[in-house]
Amino acid sequence: MGLLDTLLGRSKPVQPNLDQLFGLPSAAMTLEVNGTFRPTGYGAVCYRKAEGVAFSQVESDVEELLEGIDGPKVQVSKDKYGYTWVLCQRAQDDMTSLVNDVHAVNSALQDNGFGPYLLCTLVSFQDDRGRKLALIYLYKQGTFYPFAPLTEPQRDNTLELQIKAQLGNDLRLEKDLSRWFPVWGAPGM
Amino acid sequence: MATKTRFAPDRGLTSRMVLVMFLIGLLAVAFIAALVAFVPARSLPIVLIIAALILGAQFFFSDKIATFAMGAREVDRKQAPELYAIVERLCALANMPMPRVAIADTPVPNAFATGRNPNNAVICVTTGLLRNSNLTEEEVEGVLAHELSHVAHRDVLVITIASFLGILAGMVARMAFWFGLGGDRRDDRDGNAAMAQLVIMLVSVVTYAISFLLVRALSRYREYAADRAGAHLTGNPTALADALRKITGDMSKIPQQDLRAAEPYNAFYFAPALASKESLMALLATHPPTEKRIEQLNKIALELNSNRPNLH
Repeated sequence: MGLLDTLLGRSKPVQPNLDQLFGLPSAAMTLEVNGTFRPTGYGAVCYRKAEGVAFSQVESDVEELLEGIDGPKVQVSKDKYGYTWVLCQRAQDDMTSLVNDVHAVNSALQDNGFGPYLLCTLVSFQDDRGRKLALIYLYKQGTFYPFAPLTEPQRDNTLELQIKAQLGNDLRLEKDLSRWFPVWGAPGM
Repeated sequence: MATKTRFAPDRGLTSRMVLVMFLIGLLAVAFIAALVAFVPARSLPIVLIIAALILGAQFFFSDKIATFAMGAREVDRKQAPELYAIVERLCALANMPMPRVAIADTPVPNAFATGRNPNNAVICVTTGLLRNSNLTEEEVEGVLAHELSHVAHRDVLVITIASFLGILAGMVARMAFWFGLGGDRRDDRDGNAAMAQLVIMLVSVVTYAISFLLVRALSRYREYAADRAGAHLTGNPTALADALRKITGDMSKIPQQDLRAAEPYNAFYFAPALASKESLMALLATHPPTEKRIEQLNKIALELNSNRPNLH
């Protein structure tokens, strides 16, 4: 936000940065090579539902688009903070299609002027021992961070920091640790 | 690249804000010119430095002063996980750093934001807002989005700078009254110094009064701006309007003496603790009337409903 906008108190809604998402397939590869974490095939987009019919229209268009021929399995749910999650499921090794599905949601919202309501995208992983991990993409920062939930409100910070060290070359990771907010109960975990 | 947006800027609000800031600046220049003309060169820097120091301290410690005055305590994620979750999500939407979160133990439903910049911001809600006010989660979120917009707009900084003139004028008036800034009394054979002292006092008092009104007007415009930005952030202007209705309704029911302690910090509040209906009071108010704020929010709701986004 520029000086003038600050001075005049007219902050604008922030547009999402969508490009970095396409780094996910290579990150998934790195995780598999380095350790035991494998994709679960689940990915979810989280957005804030704006009021009014215009947004609802876009929402139903998105569902239709995704459920078209050869599409992923889609499930839409609302969390307790009022955010909507669109959960997509693909084959476990098909990270590229999953990213494309997620991107379809993004572009639909953005083309209709609702880009600022995209919150985050989550792609989940699991290892042999059943440990859970999600890579979460912050649309406005254009950065990723790992989220490894144990039982709420405990999270496996050691694992998260290990993952951070591993993925530095594949993804742009969020440096400000205070922005690594947990998403308890997110679908697809 | 053209991005699509649902929101039209409010040019009227912007130009009114520019006008008020311009008038404050103009008044400051005129006042300082008068000081230079009537106050001897050796006392002038002292007055300016003291005023700057007072204001600098107020600004730098704004987070501590406000939270202390309100009896608020900072809470961590474990103490208020729900509140944290809401604020964190809003910050991620707005791409802002996470502010510190505080809770004030008072039954008046309200919230305020303070701190010298977004990295040192504190966002404070009262227990009344969280528990007693029957606000839904979306409404609480609307209130928090409004407060986060104050942080994004650096309203503490803007209002502090705007108030500098008032503090300076008030100090000069008092110093002229107690010590006389007009120069050496022993040389005062023709009453010139006494005359100058009177002029300084009058000019200062008038400057103080005008700048007070201008700062209050600016504060009201900043509230409109924060409402706007907050509604754009959550995409839910109606929830914010409902919150306003509930809070102002609740607040006028609470007895007056409870509110006296809250009064000095009204400028940073979500809704002022003192209700006012008369037009003189409207001129002095830190916040615009609730009906006008709701009117603006309804307009934003209509923009959100329109079928086509604007190219921006």
